[in-house]
Amino acid sequence: MEGGTVSSTGQGFAAEPVAVSNLSAKAEVWLWIAQRASAALLALCVLVHLVTIIYAVRHGLSGAAILERTRGNAAGLAFYVVYVLAIAVHAPIGLRTLCQEWLAWRSASLNWFVAAVAVALFVFGLRAAWAVFA
Amino acid sequence: MRNDYRARNHPAWWAFLLHRLSGLALSVFLPFHFWAIGQALQGEARLDSLLRWTEQPLVKFAEIMLVLLLAAHLTGGLRLLALEFLPWRDWQKGLLAWAVGAALTAGLAFALAL
Repeated sequence: MEGGTVSSTGQGFAAEPVAVSNLSAKAEVWLWIAQRASAALLALCVLVHLVTIIYAVRHGLSGAAILERTRGNAAGLAFYVVYVLAIAVHAPIGLRTLCQEWLAWRSASLNWFVAAVAVALFVFGLRAAWAVFA
Repeated sequence: MRNDYRARNHPAWWAFLLHRLSGLALSVFLPFHFWAIGQALQGEARLDSLLRWTEQPLVKFAEIMLVLLLAAHLTGGLRLLALEFLPWRDWQKGLLAWAVGAALTAGLAFALAL
């Protein structure tokens, strides 16, 4: 089945369905699954991150104090690599839905845009994790 | 049938709006966050000058808001996952209140630790 369609009136069958996506239904299902799987992973990551933030603020927030705790911390680096990967999956899919529903941006260019956002978040997120943990 | 304010003036619709707007705000914030953390590549001194910049009251306020939004997106997201994947139970109606309460607790914990 190509492209998701919805009744243009929102009431039963429509004479002229309005395309809501330019991806196949199968691809949309995969995006939905990726969004939920990354959300479940992020739930754990965000919880750890929030606790870390509060811990860091209480135990000195200077460049030296932070880097002393993080430098060479392989477990910390591994955790943030997973965190960044989950963000790079989750955020672009959410932005895609927002663009479709609020901006009516549904052309193929939207998919290229969110793919670029995903790559940028992943690369710059990894760079940030590397900067403090390596 | 019009999709007007009557369909929207409901706690679940406000939860949807908060989840969407917090997600948008976090997405906009992330590139700046990654850039700031990446400054550590230029050494401790650079990180320190950035941390001093964050001492301003307005930046502090923005930080508290961001932690609140992150916590709200987390708890709101957990509520959505529970609604979508767990069998329906009566207690799920109370999830909204739990989500708001937990997010405010996280925000307060951060604000008080500052």
